[in-house]
Amino acid sequence: MATRVLTKGGVLVGLCRLRQPRLVTAGYSLSGQFYATAAAAVNTAPLITEKTDVTDKILNIPLQTPDFFRLSELFSLQDLFDARVHLGHKKGCRHRLMEPYLFGCRLDQDIIDLDQTVEHLQSALNFTAHIAYRGGIILFISRRRQFGHLVESMARDCGEYAHARYWQGGLLTNAPIQYGPGVRLPDLIVFLSTLNNVFQQHVGIRDAAKMNIPTVGVVDSNCNPSLVTYPVPGNDDTPAAMELYCRLFKTVVNRAKDKRRQMELLHGQSATAPTASSL
Amino acid sequence: MGEDPETFTQQDIDRSIAYLFPSGLFDKRARPLMKHPDEIFPKQQAVQWGADGRPFHFLFYTGKQSYYSLMHDTVAKVLAAEKQQVLLLSEGPVPQDTKPISLVGSRWLLKEELEELLVETISDHDYARFIQLMERLLSLPNCLSEKDFVQRYRKQLEIQSSKQQVAPLQYDENGVAYSTADGRRKTATCTVLLRDCGSGSISINGRDYLHYFPVLQDREQLMFPFHFLDMLGRFDGQCTVGGGGRSSQAGALRLAISRAMLSFLSEGQVESMRQAGLLTPDPRVKERKKPGQEGARRKFTWKKR
Repeated sequence: MATRVLTKGGVLVGLCRLRQPRLVTAGYSLSGQFYATAAAAVNTAPLITEKTDVTDKILNIPLQTPDFFRLSELFSLQDLFDARVHLGHKKGCRHRLMEPYLFGCRLDQDIIDLDQTVEHLQSALNFTAHIAYRGGIILFISRRRQFGHLVESMARDCGEYAHARYWQGGLLTNAPIQYGPGVRLPDLIVFLSTLNNVFQQHVGIRDAAKMNIPTVGVVDSNCNPSLVTYPVPGNDDTPAAMELYCRLFKTVVNRAKDKRRQMELLHGQSATAPTASSL
Repeated sequence: MGEDPETFTQQDIDRSIAYLFPSGLFDKRARPLMKHPDEIFPKQQAVQWGADGRPFHFLFYTGKQSYYSLMHDTVAKVLAAEKQQVLLLSEGPVPQDTKPISLVGSRWLLKEELEELLVETISDHDYARFIQLMERLLSLPNCLSEKDFVQRYRKQLEIQSSKQQVAPLQYDENGVAYSTADGRRKTATCTVLLRDCGSGSISINGRDYLHYFPVLQDREQLMFPFHFLDMLGRFDGQCTVGGGGRSSQAGALRLAISRAMLSFLSEGQVESMRQAGLLTPDPRVKERKKPGQEGARRKFTWKKR
């Protein structure tokens, strides 16, 4: 069982606990290839402390149940319909790759299949919750001027980050120069609208794919869903739909963080007082 | 050293350092100085993220966090003001006695000043958008509550006339009020003594002004300060002038007369004189001749071959 630190192409220190011999492998991985450093041949005793056990338990328990955070009770198909999530653009704006997600076309307006939306949104929210639970950095992106303030307020309220402004070229790909050495990049990028102001795909989608950052994106009927890891087919133009997404993401992130604090308190107590463990 | 430590100002410090560490270096910035560290070291942004790598500011990943955070706060205020306006309108067309924020006597911060405030570089476009947004906030009727916020980004302008130092009026043994002043223009210098007699006679270097300045233009220059304030026959002038030519002597005299008249005038009249340009010394002097040219600007005749 190996514990991996969440880094992007940085130093990977894995505690490989085998029967014998006990080794600490140190090296760095770049684009999947594993290079060993000079310290690789060191044979030291592993640091099996109670703390690592507790951390392992905290990190693995949520992975055992399918819907650990009970997110299915947050929204229903009716809520999506009321928020007008099923309304797409006109037939002429349709993207070829969005055709599997469309229910049909009525009076030239595309209707998005809400059954698929429910499944996709469920998995996207679940993924977001797990990332937030593990203390990952979530970046919310939307280039729509109408909803920029809403997105930024929502990100601030849930303690995560937002980018609703002009995207400068090297923000992800040239991060050490732009921000300073040793910067930590986001672990998840959520696109509340995948298009920019000139109706082209947002540069952030391509950059996140380059930097191996998973993305969640609300794709409308004129968007390209191919590079998005967890696409959520839905409307990104109506204020009601955007408010619904913002509310859902904020609730999910807050819930995951509260759960993490709860688990730390619970298992931290049980680690310090093993005789009196309450679960 | 005999100095009083209680009333030791920055000027005294500079003077002492210049005395104790004499330096022959030409560049003033290279000489030893003793100032507050904030003035020497420019403000830099501190480290933006904590031990776990998570940035402190929620807009860190935009690159310009202070500027965008300022825009975010301003937009929040605009939205709040608009919402309040909608609420008030829905209650009924009540005549609101909300006065707009007074903008007289202040100006918006310049781009450099804003950069200094935010400790970040911003582009001209960003600055223009910021000013546009603030103007929009000010155009809404319920913006009085954001007065402090707006004043933070406005700089008060000093009233120029308050900088003018007016010497107090002096009285001679007969009780007649008089004042003296100097004036300079190109290489002409002069001194003027104005007496509040009521005769209107002006003597320059012992001669009457009509004889000293045969040309009308010079006499007009001389009389202009009196004519501007409608005090043509009130004063008696004794002037001494040297150097320069006819026109520069007239200009020097005009400046000296205007300065001498300040002690007789009210604040409003002083301000109007300043705005008319009577109190501004003319900085134009003869430009030097450069080598390779015939004069200051005139080049030698260009021959094609």
